[in-house]
Amino acid sequence: MKDGSVLEMRGIHKRFPGVHALQGVDFTLRKGEIHALMGENGAGKSTLIKVLTGVYSKDEGQIFLEGNDKAIAIRSPQEAQRLGISTVYQEITLCPNLSVAENMYIGRTENIYQNWRKINSDTDKILKSLGIPANATQQLGSCSIAVQQMVAIARAVDMECKVLILDEPTSSLDEQEVAKLFKLMRDLRAKGVGIIFVTHFLDQVYEVCDRITVMRDGKLVGEYPIKDLPRVQLVSKMLGKELDDMADIRGDQPAYEKGDNTVPVLEAEGLVSDAGIKPFDFHINKGEVNGFTGLLGSGRSECVRAIFGADRVTGGKVKMNGKSVKISKPIDAMKNGIGYLPEDRKIDGIVGELSVRENIILAQQVLKGFFKPFSKSEQYKIADEYIKLLSIKTASADTPIKSLSGGNQQKVILARWLFTHPEYLILDEPTRGIDIGTKIDIQKLVLKLASEGMSVTFISSELDEMLRTCSRLVVMRDRKMVGELSGEDLNQSKVMNTIAGGDK
Amino acid sequence: MSKNEVKKSTGSNILSGLLRNQICIPLAALLLLALFNLIMDPTFFRISLGHNSLGNPVLTGFLITILDNGSELAILAIGMTLVTAASGGQDISVGAATAIAGSVLLRVLCGGNSRPETLQAPIIVAFLVSCVVAMLFGAFNGALVAYFKIQPMIATLILYTAGRSIAAWINNNELPIVSDRTFTYFGSFIPGIPIPTPFFIAVVCIIIITLVMKFTNLKLYVQSVGINDSSSRLNGLNPELIKVLSFVILGLCVAVVGLIKVSRISSINYSVIAKDIEMDAILAVALGGNALSGGKFNMAASVLGAYVIQFLTQTLYKYKVPSDALPAYKAIVVILLVVISAPTVREFVSGQWKKLKVKEVG
Repeated sequence: MKDGSVLEMRGIHKRFPGVHALQGVDFTLRKGEIHALMGENGAGKSTLIKVLTGVYSKDEGQIFLEGNDKAIAIRSPQEAQRLGISTVYQEITLCPNLSVAENMYIGRTENIYQNWRKINSDTDKILKSLGIPANATQQLGSCSIAVQQMVAIARAVDMECKVLILDEPTSSLDEQEVAKLFKLMRDLRAKGVGIIFVTHFLDQVYEVCDRITVMRDGKLVGEYPIKDLPRVQLVSKMLGKELDDMADIRGDQPAYEKGDNTVPVLEAEGLVSDAGIKPFDFHINKGEVNGFTGLLGSGRSECVRAIFGADRVTGGKVKMNGKSVKISKPIDAMKNGIGYLPEDRKIDGIVGELSVRENIILAQQVLKGFFKPFSKSEQYKIADEYIKLLSIKTASADTPIKSLSGGNQQKVILARWLFTHPEYLILDEPTRGIDIGTKIDIQKLVLKLASEGMSVTFISSELDEMLRTCSRLVVMRDRKMVGELSGEDLNQSKVMNTIAGGDK
Repeated sequence: MSKNEVKKSTGSNILSGLLRNQICIPLAALLLLALFNLIMDPTFFRISLGHNSLGNPVLTGFLITILDNGSELAILAIGMTLVTAASGGQDISVGAATAIAGSVLLRVLCGGNSRPETLQAPIIVAFLVSCVVAMLFGAFNGALVAYFKIQPMIATLILYTAGRSIAAWINNNELPIVSDRTFTYFGSFIPGIPIPTPFFIAVVCIIIITLVMKFTNLKLYVQSVGINDSSSRLNGLNPELIKVLSFVILGLCVAVVGLIKVSRISSINYSVIAKDIEMDAILAVALGGNALSGGKFNMAASVLGAYVIQFLTQTLYKYKVPSDALPAYKAIVVILLVVISAPTVREFVSGQWKKLKVKEVG
């Protein structure tokens, strides 16, 4: 082992039936650095992390850890934790109904007797030293997601971890929360902890990381100090292309015409649901791409859910192509030619154990009716067509959707709604948690659909994406519609100002 | 598996593919039980042609009894599979509901008279009435589960407790006896046909449910709702309605079993009829390798599971296990079967198997 490194992985191989997921990957983590692990979906970064945390056993290769003379074997997640390798996942894996202190110490002691007073005061000390705004006795569920994530990190730190793995910790945090988390990460770095940071957000990588390791197709592409690898190059290394696809897509969006004489595809007046949004007016024209923007929790998802009838609609009028319609359930919206790709893929999108094929046909099948099932051969034809069209990576049409990677799951859900041939398609965070290549694919697809006459609402947490694809942005703040931007006004600073509220 | 893949795969792959198929679980259990009986006493498999008290030719033997009694279980397993898949829970009131269905059937046939000379209504009418009643009770259970979000076992506990007294109340606590001979056909033999009628009834039920699953979206909808309620709703399904529907179908199955049960003795015993049958029906679903937490299901495996449970019961009878001790013995065997079929155990075994293979190669 080299001096200064805390973890070295050498020539790691991992094979799954039919896939050589890791092909001789090397990875080095130095003491006191934040190291980004980057790669597209299916590049093998999750597999590498799972090998490191003992979820999978490696087929070949060696792992060295500071303080151990020989190569170590990691047989289980418990063993990884004992060795000082801790992981904080995207989803909180703590118990929200227990107190912060209970969460910090759960499963870490063999004694039946617990000195809770000591545990609570110890916890408070740790929280204070890390600057986490929480109390030991507070119920974890009452903290914000960011604080919960920090508690998870505090727990890992308190277990004297040498290697801290953060797997997409920021995907459900808003900007201020991310800033807090980054401060904590920098503090830990100063204390000599090696941090592996997995994320899809390029901005964040350049904000906190010292070094980047890029993987592609199960192989190591290279390890780079952050200053030697500009953004464009990082993207091209991840994609394995020299093209700047990001630039390619810019400025393709159709201009928004303010013509008053056209009848909007959908027009909502004073629409309000029981999800706690203020009544809002909204309209979208044929072939238009519009977006809802705002901070997390500003009510942008609630608006589109109300349009689709996903939440209980409590008031307002909706007209489609000038005709007044009643949408109180999702099926009503579907019958009127509306499709909705929900924000939370796992909870609202996929039907996990069902096959890719069944997931694709589901919505159209429901529209077609209970007594008119697609025949098996029709189903395969449709599934194969969309798998090809969206280049979904799956072993076969019969593979359960839950075994696909996130980006491919999202493509399947997209295929499901494209197959219903909607007049108006709502995409709520279609690019969340998926790799850059797929993100660009989806943005291009949205523009293509719009050029073919479909109206699309596109919601994304990444303003860049919205500016690139939408010709009109509806801005939300505190569950209220506060502005609408189009044309000249569509630029970063104007949107930011509107989101923040001009008067502040 | 598509034809293409079969061609590509080698012999061992076909075998492992087969082993992964859900129907292997009940099939393996069946083979194990058959093997046990073959070694211990091959006369278990003897089938002889005799004549019953009416002079009709009938087949007798343990296997025939299994076909006969297992068919009731198989019919219930059909409905139980759907309820399990859609709601992620089980209906424990099917025994009590069978008593109600049987009681309604007798009430209509006898018209309130406990010893009628002739039938007061055609059998088909009485059966249809009992179907409607059983489906209504199913809808009641389903509504509690779907709209009031009560756990299925708790929701059906109500009918489990009250069902048998409702059944007795329907006939004013009397035990009507049907003297018409044709009524006995459903539970025993049709003159001239030596195979017990319940088997044919089960076959008809299986064919119907197969056709329904082929020509409607029942299976897709039920599985979808069972796996992900919220996503199903966003795809335009009505999860509550589908859950209720699964309970209503189970109600229909209960009515059919009620007909068989009452026909067997041309009367009814409220406290004994279909006693503990719910547990066997649930076991059939579990033995078929279906997750009791809902989601994907394999109907054929459930039906086979039902016959395997009956095979087990019959084997225990054969070795003179006292009927009081029967559940204890059954429990042991069932625990073994369920543990073996549990996914964790199967993964472990297949993992060990792989290691062995690797060693052989290396």
